[in-house]
Amino acid sequence: MYTATKLKVEGLTAYYNNKPAISDISLEFPERQVTAIIGPSGCGKSTLIRCLNRLHETAPHTRVEGRVLLDDEDIYALDPVRVRRRIGMVFQKANPFVTMSIYDNVSAALRFNGRHSREETDQVVVRSLQHAALWDEVKDRVDAPAVSLSGGQQQRLCIARALAADPEVLLMDEPCSALDPIATAKIEELIGRLKKDYTLIIVTHNMQQAARVADLTAFLYIGKLIEFGPTEELFERPKEKLTESYITGRFG
Amino acid sequence: MKFKFDRHTRRKLLSHTVAVLSGLTVIAVLYPLVSIVYEAVIRGGGVLFQWTFLTAKPPNACDVVSCSTVGIGPAIQGSLLVVAIASLIAVPVGLMAAILASEYRTRGFGRAVSFTADVLTGVPSIIMGAFVWGYFVLYDPSIAESVIAGGIALSAIMTPIVARTTEEALRTVPNAMREAAIALGISKWKMTLRIVLIAALPGIATGVLLAVMRAMGEAAPLLLTLGYTTNYNHSLLQPAAALPVLIYTFAESNYSNQQEVAWGATLFLLMFILAANILSRYMIHRLSQRMSGGA
Amino acid sequence: MESPTPSPSSSSSAKTRRVSPWPDRIFFGLVIAVGAFVIALAVAIVVILVYNSEQSIRVFGWGFFYGTEWSVQYQVFNVVPFVVGTLLTSSLALLIAVPLALGTAIFITTQAPRWARGPIGTAIELLAAVPSVIYGFWGLYVVHPYMAQTVEPKLQSTLGWTGLFSGTPVGLDVLTASVILAVMVVPTISAVSRDTLAAVPAAQKEAALSLGATDWETTRIAMLPYARSGIVGGVILGLGRALGETMAVIMVIGNAEKVPTSLFSSGSTISTLIATQLLSNSGPLQISAILECGLVLMLISLLVNVAARLLVWRVTKGAGTVLA
Repeated sequence: MYTATKLKVEGLTAYYNNKPAISDISLEFPERQVTAIIGPSGCGKSTLIRCLNRLHETAPHTRVEGRVLLDDEDIYALDPVRVRRRIGMVFQKANPFVTMSIYDNVSAALRFNGRHSREETDQVVVRSLQHAALWDEVKDRVDAPAVSLSGGQQQRLCIARALAADPEVLLMDEPCSALDPIATAKIEELIGRLKKDYTLIIVTHNMQQAARVADLTAFLYIGKLIEFGPTEELFERPKEKLTESYITGRFG
Repeated sequence: MKFKFDRHTRRKLLSHTVAVLSGLTVIAVLYPLVSIVYEAVIRGGGVLFQWTFLTAKPPNACDVVSCSTVGIGPAIQGSLLVVAIASLIAVPVGLMAAILASEYRTRGFGRAVSFTADVLTGVPSIIMGAFVWGYFVLYDPSIAESVIAGGIALSAIMTPIVARTTEEALRTVPNAMREAAIALGISKWKMTLRIVLIAALPGIATGVLLAVMRAMGEAAPLLLTLGYTTNYNHSLLQPAAALPVLIYTFAESNYSNQQEVAWGATLFLLMFILAANILSRYMIHRLSQRMSGGA
Repeated sequence: MESPTPSPSSSSSAKTRRVSPWPDRIFFGLVIAVGAFVIALAVAIVVILVYNSEQSIRVFGWGFFYGTEWSVQYQVFNVVPFVVGTLLTSSLALLIAVPLALGTAIFITTQAPRWARGPIGTAIELLAAVPSVIYGFWGLYVVHPYMAQTVEPKLQSTLGWTGLFSGTPVGLDVLTASVILAVMVVPTISAVSRDTLAAVPAAQKEAALSLGATDWETTRIAMLPYARSGIVGGVILGLGRALGETMAVIMVIGNAEKVPTSLFSSGSTISTLIATQLLSNSGPLQISAILECGLVLMLISLLVNVAARLLVWRVTKGAGTVLA
């Protein structure tokens, strides 16, 4: 069942060194649903998702054309700083701030936004860590260095950190690709629960993962959108030949 | 769109202010460079571009009217002499010390030498001068103020620089090169000198040039070991003039003709340093191109 | 033994080349001898200084380190005025230099367009190549008049109540010397800071950006803490340079042999003391005292430089600019 559209991409083309990495992509991401973006390596999925929080343009020799509408406002016409507050991101390799504790990592976003009392910050930190299913594991050592956590825990810490900024959309760029199956399962379970409050967009190279967690799936190939629809339909009754070839594993 | 001075605006304002401030620091930091070059050109240009300036002797203290010779010839000669002597010592010693640290496994001795060289780069140059002075005062006071003494003092400053930069250059030579040489049956000393050293040449040359530039500009140790004269030098056991020493001495003079000579010498030294800097960059560029492009 | 790889051994094929081990052994011996010479040099410096200051150590003992008088007439010599001069000018120089150097490093790594980064960096390196005697000369003729006529009177009128700016502003004083030192030390600190900031992984910066941080917030939260120990190392390296500077300071510091009581006082550093008094007709006791001061300076700068190299080496792992 479709909900209202939260994020709408219109004719998006993104360039690296004047060569388009994605061309003319149009897509609608519904609110509080999980949308997966799949495709073989180099198809542009990371580029696409990095355009959604305006991170793509921070790299040298890059250009973006087209529109991305967040609740009907083009994010490319807004202040990127504001955009990134509303659209958070979790990266492929967990990147906690290495010099900071767990607590300081999660509360980082709060420090940009004026003074909060210790109690307020505590509340947000606890809530975010709970949301990220990490609280129970770290509750007696929130002042420990963030790097003392395991890979899977660090990734959940990054999720907590992103949630503490109170975004509306959460982008996840292959969040489990560096993790073991157990850690992956924990995060997939987390995704299922997070979608109650946030719109989630996940890039994954793992088709089974998309099948497990996503409500909708988009299939990209060499920078173009090939097919987009409810996950079940895309996997069982793909409309495009290319999609079918990818799904059945005829190319990687 | 209404303008709100809310928290977001404040944050952006702070970020922009920091950006502007940091840009201002760049201007503040580069200003002395501009000022020095400007003043040297304005105040020394006139003297420098008389064609006899580079060969004539410096003037003694006197009024503008009665002075005849205006030049820095002896200072140029002295500087070149003393730096040449220093390089003759510093380059072989520095190279060998670096080879020891990089090419031989010596259970910590090599590392001790490397660390010592590193520490020596931090010893103030005046202390090097005092050290050489103290040594000669003990053993042969007659040459305590001579080209030899000055050369030794400068070599004490140059050697650690050559040693450290050469060691780093040697370390960047890939091991595959050494292994290939050994496999061909080339003896170690030949391999080190003819193959590894040559491969590291861009870095080594830069280091040597760096050391030479530093030595050309050093006045402090020479104040104690070179003596003072305004004549050309005729014996390595005698005092000599040197550019940085001349600049210092004439800077403190009350006579404008001597001050002018000091500015001329400053301009000359600056041009020399600039040329050496550009040359070293060009050398790295060309040599490393040849290294990666050719062999 | 010496080389980590096996030397070519005689094979049993028809053409056996006898390779004599002697050239290699001689070369190795030469290399070892040179290494020993370098270490001997370092030791010799300390030994010669100690030997020549023996008389002063004997005569003045520990009092050398807290007495404040330096009098040729009464043959009483103490190190305090010069240590104070050295530390005062160096600290003040750092106070001025560190914000400037950090500012340039931040500008180059975060704000400057990519094409400008090289040229600005090169210009700052050129600053490092200028000999200190030229800095001193320029300081005497360009900076000192400006300080004496403009800066110092203004400081005295606005901040005179702090007591730091008393005395007639002549311009040949501790303050001017510190300013020149600051100019000299900025390139060193800036180069190291630039290297350490550039070494901050992009992932850390992206983490901050993705939370909605402004440029400055990203620098403040993701870059500076990460680069902290390297930057501190660079600052200490700069301190080491400032402590030993002679020519830049000698022309503008006024060369007085007493402890400075205000920033407008003339003073001396240990380096300027050695440069001005070692060769003048000083008696043996004075020379000995001068060299004992030199010993003190050498020990201080040795400590500082070792600390700096340890910090910088640990952060950049040997890569980056070679600071001679």
